[in-house]
Amino acid sequence: MTELLLAARNVTKRFPGVLANDDVSVELRPGRILALLGENGAGKSTLVNVLFGMYRPDGGEIVIKDEIVDLRGPDDAISRGIGMVHQHFQLVPPMSVVENIVLGAEPTKLGLVDLDEARVRVVELSERYGLEVDPDALVEDLPVGMQQRVEILKALYRNADVLILDEPTGVLTPQEADHLLRVLRGLTESGVGIVFITHKLREVLAIADDIVVLRAGRVVGATTPTQATETGLAEMMVGRSVALRVEKTVAQPGDVVLQVKDLKVDDDRGQLAVDGVNLQVRSGEILGVAGVEGNGQRELVEAITGLRHTSAGEITINGESLANSSTRQVAQTGVGHIPEDREKHGIVAVYSLAENSVLNRYYRQPFSNRGIMRREVIHEHAEAVVDEFDVRTPNVTVSVSSLSGGNKQKLIVGREFSEDIELLVAAQPTRGIDIGAIEFIHRRIVEQRDRGAAVLLVSAELDEILSLADRIAVLYDGKLMGVLKASLANRESVGLLMAGITG
Amino acid sequence: MKPRQRQLLWIAAAVIVALIWGFYSADGPQTTAVLAGTVRAATLLALGAMCGMIGERSGIVNIGIEGQFLMSAFFAFTVTSMTGSLFMGTIAGVATGLTMGWLLAAMAVGLKVDQIIAGTVLNIAALGLTSFFYDRSRSLGVTKYTNIDLGPLADIPLVGTVFFSRPPITYLTMALLVVVHIALFRSVWGMRTRAIGEHPGAADTVGIDVLRLRYLNVTLAGGFAGLGGSYLALEAVGTFSRAMSGGRGFLALAVMIFGRRTPFGAYAAALVFGFTTALQNQFQLKNTFDIPPQFVGMLPFVVTIVVVALSGLVGSMRDPAALGQTYEKG
Repeated sequence: MTELLLAARNVTKRFPGVLANDDVSVELRPGRILALLGENGAGKSTLVNVLFGMYRPDGGEIVIKDEIVDLRGPDDAISRGIGMVHQHFQLVPPMSVVENIVLGAEPTKLGLVDLDEARVRVVELSERYGLEVDPDALVEDLPVGMQQRVEILKALYRNADVLILDEPTGVLTPQEADHLLRVLRGLTESGVGIVFITHKLREVLAIADDIVVLRAGRVVGATTPTQATETGLAEMMVGRSVALRVEKTVAQPGDVVLQVKDLKVDDDRGQLAVDGVNLQVRSGEILGVAGVEGNGQRELVEAITGLRHTSAGEITINGESLANSSTRQVAQTGVGHIPEDREKHGIVAVYSLAENSVLNRYYRQPFSNRGIMRREVIHEHAEAVVDEFDVRTPNVTVSVSSLSGGNKQKLIVGREFSEDIELLVAAQPTRGIDIGAIEFIHRRIVEQRDRGAAVLLVSAELDEILSLADRIAVLYDGKLMGVLKASLANRESVGLLMAGITG
Repeated sequence: MKPRQRQLLWIAAAVIVALIWGFYSADGPQTTAVLAGTVRAATLLALGAMCGMIGERSGIVNIGIEGQFLMSAFFAFTVTSMTGSLFMGTIAGVATGLTMGWLLAAMAVGLKVDQIIAGTVLNIAALGLTSFFYDRSRSLGVTKYTNIDLGPLADIPLVGTVFFSRPPITYLTMALLVVVHIALFRSVWGMRTRAIGEHPGAADTVGIDVLRLRYLNVTLAGGFAGLGGSYLALEAVGTFSRAMSGGRGFLALAVMIFGRRTPFGAYAAALVFGFTTALQNQFQLKNTFDIPPQFVGMLPFVVTIVVVALSGLVGSMRDPAALGQTYEKG
């Protein structure tokens, strides 16, 4: 049992301008679950990509089963029994479950792929590990939780005895996540070792045998769940003390600002994505929209902010009907939008920070005069935003693409908040940014509420919804499953609604 | 395919058979001529479509089929005229197609040139080079490929003449349709090919060398267009002339799309397009209508526009998800 399944010894990996892994050592033994904890950009993904043969380390060595190895690519790692479940699933949507599982390691008969034989093995594996899935379903028809099972089966089919999972619970309901953790525990009983990457402290404490915390490319601590606490781990991740809960007073709701009635919206493929949703957001309150990603949240937000056409229903903001209006019309009624995809809808990467700070009103006084933009005024404004919203940048003329995710997000928030808005639509406002920036943005959102803005907060992070929202609406399959008072809601009650279970 | 679509297909097939039977009873020789012409035109389109679909299934758009046809036809013609052997000419045509395919792969996969531009390079190069080097005084020197009767099958009325009394490349094409179908949908190669066209990243993580397979497939696909060029010069026409591919490489792409990037679908579509070509030929030959021949000659292309526009309405015809994108590792 003392055999070393997988280890990194003093691994160093450099990218241009970044030391992504600096002298990192971790060890995984059979039947153990190793949690790699760290913020975005701490080097977790780089480390597992090195272990999986996607990157070659610049220094240090990799040990697989007591043997020092030189991995030439993922296939090299796979053949040595390493399996990886990527954060973004690596599945071919129009192919069936069986086809996806055997792809690259196809059993053959008379030179053709023997799908019958493959199906038998897949069914056997899925029964043995409690990973039920229809082998003939097309992957594109499966919900994300099922797709994840396919990914795990893919690794097991290749006889993996090390399983690396990159942020596996991000796309699951709390109940699905619990099931996954049970499956993983079952796998360890048959001797599989698991590397589990996450930034969720609760999960780490629930599942891990060993915990390694990374910060800025270095190992900053190794511990076990019995010795660690959530606060202690958070401090280790960030390097200073952090407030895990948002301080806020009881909401003082005023008049209805946003009213959505019987709204129906199609997605990009023309399928109904928002199916008859009714909701209201009052000034001075935060309505959180919870749900597993892909249940209509994106389409709902895009319909409200003017990015997407609606097929039926009404959207009124302060009594003004705004369904199918342009984004500019919506913004001019006093709506601030923190978009879900910050690179695509939040900023123009090649523009300067200053230009980005006025993207929503560059055409207006005082930033423009008769169609000519006024550089000095824009720069002054940008500098004010940078100061007030703590955007870390050498100056306001640099291109926004050089900023970190957290700083880009603070710039977007600063831009949207620099005018008094009446409605804030915040979609995944803290996705992929560091804890410091998360704290900051959370505080600012609550400030907007207290100032009297209505806030619609959409997030896939249930913890974010639970700590910020005053009321919680749950979307499932495009339908509103219910609206709960935040004081009465908990992970379980919201989780059931997220899975489409009512009553 | 959904049951409703399947039903529609059967109805369409029944209507077509009934129509053919009706026309055959009315005017046997005329109907036979049109249908034989249909199969003749369809062969070239089917070869081009197979070339296109192997590329597109792997994620690479090939709009250079036109150029591949033309260049291959030129070399097939020239080699036959020099050696007096149709077989050597055919081999030369296929080899030219493979070379053109390799060239496209080198640009689009190796150098990551925009795929549309890479294909356009082939078209322009083929037109320029073949026009420049074409020697009018040269002739094939031998008779072009002639019909081979397939025993008693050839004696069946209408069907025998249309399908079983054809020259060799036509038979080869029909066999290749079956081979490509099995290869694409049943073999390991086909499964991996479809995977790299849909989600190259997923294929990469299971150890499939995406760029190598794309390189191989685009080159291989060129061989089909090369056979098409040989067919054009040595079986359909029996000579070479300037720009003789006449837009059929582009038509083949329409055929491929309408046939949903499947060999049998493409052949069905090729027959539809081939029919318009054959009909147009008969119209011009017999001078049936008092319409300038230029307008009658437009028929296949008008049908292309209508059919491609309609095909969007027929329902889900989704391109491979990674079509036209270069693949960057990691």
